[in-house]
Order: sequence, then structure tokens, then C-alpha cells
Amino acid sequence: MKPRVGFFDFASCEGCQLTVLNLENELLDLVELMDIIEFREISSETGGELDIAFVEGSICRPEDVRRLRAIRRRSRLLIALGACADTAGINALVSDRPEAELVREVYGDDPELMPAAGHPRPLSAFVQVDGRVPGCPIDGQEFLAILQALLIGRQPELPGFAVCAECKLAELPCTFERGIVCLGPITRAGCSAHCVAEGDRCRGCRGMVDEPRSGPYYRILEEHGLDLDAIREQLRTFNLAGEVKK
Amino acid sequence: MKIAVNHLARIEGHANLVIDSARGQVRELRLEIVEAPRFFEPMLKGCHYSEVAPIAARICGICSNSHTLVSLEASERALGIEVSEQTRQLRRLLAFGEILQSHLVQLYFMALPDYYGVASILPLVHSERALVHHALELKRLANDILRVIGGRPVHPVTPVVGGFTRLPDAAELMDLRRRLVLVLPDLEATVEIFAGLDYPDFEREVTALSLLGDGDYPVFGDTLVTSGGRGAAVADFRDLVEEYQVPWSTAKFARMDGRDYMVGPLARLRNNHDRLSAMARQVAEALDVGPATANPYRILPARLVEVVHGVERSIHLIDDLLLAGLQEEELPAPDRFGAAVAVIEAPRGLLFHAYDYGDDGRIRAADCIIPTAQNLASIEADLRLRVPQVLDLGREDLTRQCEQLIRAYDPCISCSTHLLRVDFD
Repeated sequence: MKPRVGFFDFASCEGCQLTVLNLENELLDLVELMDIIEFREISSETGGELDIAFVEGSICRPEDVRRLRAIRRRSRLLIALGACADTAGINALVSDRPEAELVREVYGDDPELMPAAGHPRPLSAFVQVDGRVPGCPIDGQEFLAILQALLIGRQPELPGFAVCAECKLAELPCTFERGIVCLGPITRAGCSAHCVAEGDRCRGCRGMVDEPRSGPYYRILEEHGLDLDAIREQLRTFNLAGEVKK
Repeated sequence: MKIAVNHLARIEGHANLVIDSARGQVRELRLEIVEAPRFFEPMLKGCHYSEVAPIAARICGICSNSHTLVSLEASERALGIEVSEQTRQLRRLLAFGEILQSHLVQLYFMALPDYYGVASILPLVHSERALVHHALELKRLANDILRVIGGRPVHPVTPVVGGFTRLPDAAELMDLRRRLVLVLPDLEATVEIFAGLDYPDFEREVTALSLLGDGDYPVFGDTLVTSGGRGAAVADFRDLVEEYQVPWSTAKFARMDGRDYMVGPLARLRNNHDRLSAMARQVAEALDVGPATANPYRILPARLVEVVHGVERSIHLIDDLLLAGLQEEELPAPDRFGAAVAVIEAPRGLLFHAYDYGDDGRIRAADCIIPTAQNLASIEADLRLRVPQVLDLGREDLTRQCEQLIRAYDPCISCSTHLLRVDFD
């Protein structure tokens, strides 16, 4: 029997599910390899036990927690799809401000019109997560590699080294030489340094590599006349959740 | 009869439909927007101008390019930066790429299954091989336009304040041009598919609001126009449109002159029909959509007309770019820090961003109005009129017709919830 797979989303832009749909060359093969039981964005079908649930988005409210737990109960494996699910990603940018203040600022003071809102949290804050596809958005090819591992019963592995290494292998000019802060030295690889290749810098959307070597990184920063504040500002965009935890 | 459809499928984001009727009367009808708020405007506060567009893009995966482009334009206006003609043309091509991608996903993946009586396009992989082939060919090309110009389909990398971090190769543009011509048979087949659909008979007069095209069908622009012929400057958008809250929605609704109005493909087509490309005008005629179309189910063919227009105009844009030759350019620096607004015709309609920058180059206040937020009141008004007409169809068909109607607007709930207003200080 084909594995039963579902796609779900919480607070997010749905761009990671869209990245799956953008695999036009592989989509027909994927449909042969697995039964896509649920994928609300493109299907009105629902139901049943799942072998793999891919979940995009952050968890903000009690009703989100309930829906996530219900998905967890009927799924053998639950995989965080993209930065919002994996680390709270860009959603966490508001985590350093009180929730009530945010709601008041956007929706006003009328209690009847004030929606429930909480700080966004990653899936792992509430349920067991069996794997993750990092990035904002995810990398389609990396998703395929992780899916392949899951389908043959292997634990998918993420690179344990930094984007900087992929960048050097691709022989790209170092972003620091342009006097710009790059998060490549401390961000987990797996994207082939896509943004640097496109002429931008690494903004750290894939989250930090395990135990980043901060010593040499500070030295690089100093050599280029940059300081801790510059890097802290860069880290805010995708890694504020981690900062707040410390 | 009570109908409650939770987490409506085949739309972007989370909404519930609630209908309560008795003795042929609708007692209650609500489109509940249940998406969690994400507070993008507070996120943008304090952001340096180089960070604003990448954050704004994350409001929505399916229209991240439109958010990026309008964000860049609002910032550039506020910073006194003038971009080159080459940059303007490349951005226009990027905008067409996204309109094609977003429209094709909606037409083939979200809308068409209703008309084929299936839950999704997936079962059609076997039963309608040709149809799925057309869908994937067209969609792949749309994504490749986004890759070549913007670096990737979702959350573009190359567009920045002042221009692009890298330019496409001439060879890549030539390849896109060749393929834009090669997909014309797929496009023709798509037109035949949508010409053969049985759109429900239903009409409701509603004001259409869009940009007024400057010699061309609009993408960017400075002038708004209503279907009643009233014009307004983009800078006065905030005075024209009033946002309001309803207790059942985390997205704000919008009205103009105290009434609901429509934005998006049909609104644009009604207001700019004479600016469509030659091929698109022919298709509009074949699909029976024009300035007088009042059936919201017919937003689908209007969307397809825009796909045809986008393909034809992309070919011309690439010709113009290749003829002029691509030039590497220095990115201009800001010469002031002020406030400005910009509007783009995103796939779903008028998308408005307004920023106020402080002297440190950081955002003091941000304000955005989203196409779907502008359409929500119109969707509800359509449903209020439609439901009593089809109450005797029974629960299943009634629900399906309502869902079809909601989907025709292609609501993007993530967008509409994720950007709400912050008052200017």
C-alpha cells in the first residue's frame, strides 16, 4: 500500500507548500509514490490515519495547539515544513513585544473585536517532531531528498556544517568583502548558498548550525569593521525565537 | 438548515463559511476568517530599508513577488530613488510571471476540480492526462520566469531597493521567449477547457476598483479608477477606501462610499478592457467577459484572459529588453528619508503599501491594504444574494455553489490577516 501523506498549515504564508507544488517535474512521480490524503490548499479531501504529516506554520493560539495535537495523534511521522514550523521563523519577529500591545496596536481597544493572539511558537514546543525541512521558503530539492529518506524508512539527515562551506565550494565571492554582514558562517547548509549565488547575502533563514563557532565569526566581523550589534540585527529576522530563549 | 464548512479547501489560508437559513430566508451568513494574526506591520517598524521588502514578501507565499515589488516602490518613493527603465521592465516581467503562476494555480488546482466533480486535480492525473499536462507546462514556465528574473518563485532574492542584485543572461531570456511561444497550444487548450465550463447564472452589480492602465493594461500606476468612471490618485487611496472590523474576522473588511466593491482580475478587465493585448481581447470575447460582466463566477474566465495577456506581453517585454541589451547598473543610494505610498495590481487586485521612514533609514510606521480584505465584503454580499436563490438545491449543491463562488475570488486569507493597519504616529 502506498504511504498516506498529508500537508497542513498554521500561521504562515503557505509558501513552503507552494514550493512543493512548484516541483512540476516531479509532481506526477510523487502522486504515484504516495497517496496525498490531505492538502487543503489544493484538495477538499480529508481524513484518516497518516504515515507522514508535513506541517507548515507556527502555533499561536489554543485552537492551533488543539488542531496540531489532533494531527499528531493520527500521524506516524510529523515533519516540520519550513522555518515557521521549525523555529517560528519570521513570525517570531514580534516575540520581543507583549502580545496584548500588538493586538491593541493592530485591532484597537474594543474587546469584542480583539482576536486571541499569542506569540508564535515552533511545532516542537507542543508535540514531538520527527524531522524538519528548514528554510524560508524550503528548498524543493532538499524536500525531495528528505521525503525519499522517509519513504524508505530512514531518518533524514541535515548538513551539520554551515552555508559558508557550500559557498566556498561554489567559489562564490565572499559577501563580507562587500562590507555586508552575512550569516553564512553560522547558518545550517543545505541550500547551496542560493541567496549568495543570486547576489544577496545569507539572512539565516535555515536557522543556526549546531554549536556555531562564534569565536572565528566575531573575528571575521572585526576584520570587516562590523560589531555585535550588526550581527544581532541580522539575526533578528529569522532567528529571534532562539535569541529570546537565551 | 445550518451549514458550516470549517477550513474551506482550495483557497489560500483559513476561513469558515457559516449559513443559517429557515423557511427560505437566510438568517445568518458569515465568512469567518480564522487565520492566526501575524502582525506584519509591527514587524516592519524599526526595519532598515534594506530589510523591508524581504520581510514584506513573507506576508504571502503565493504573491510574494507582488509584495516585494510594491514594497520596493514605496521605499524608493520615500527615499527619493529613481530606478532605470531596464529595472522597470524587468520588474514588470517579474510581475507578469507571478500573475501567470498565481492565476494558473488558482484556475487549474483550486477552481477546476469543482467543475469536474473531484476533490482535487490529483485524480485527473490519470483521467485527464492532457489537461494536467497543459497545467504543468504553463505553470513550469511561469515559475521559470520568476526564477530567471527574481531568483526563485517564492520569496524572490534579486529585487532590491534601486534595482537588482543580478541580471538575467540574454540566453536565459531568449530561452524564456522561445518557450512562451511554445506554450501557446497549451494556452489555447486551456481557453477551450474554460470556455466549456458551466458557470452558474448569477449577477450582482458591484463597483470595480483598479489601477488605470497608462497605455497598457495596469500593473504599476499612479491613478485609480472605478467602473463608474471616477478617478483618484494612488496617494489618496486611504481617503477613498475605509477599513472596518467585524467580530468574526481576524482580517479587516473594506468599503468605498460605505459600500462593498470588487478588486482583482474582473475589476481590472472591466476598467481596462481596451488595454488588453490583441490576443487577450480575442479570448475575452470567446469567453464572454467584458466591461459589463456582473457574474462573479466569471472571474475565472477573466483570470484566464489575464494569463493570455501576460504571456503575450512577456514576449514583447523580453524583445524590448534584448533589443536594448542588458546593462549592469550601480544601485542608487537614498537622497532623503520621507513617507510615500505605492500600489501594484497583484494577482488578486490592488495591493497598497505605505511607509514612513525616519532619518536613520528605518521604518517609523507601515500601512498596508490587501486585495482580499477589499473583496471580503463583496463575497459576503454575493453570498447573501445567491443563497436564497439556490436554497432548494439541497445542502450539498448549495454548499458547492457557495464554495465555488468564494473560490472564484481566489481569496488569500494569509495576506488579508497578516497585514493590518498601524496608525501613523
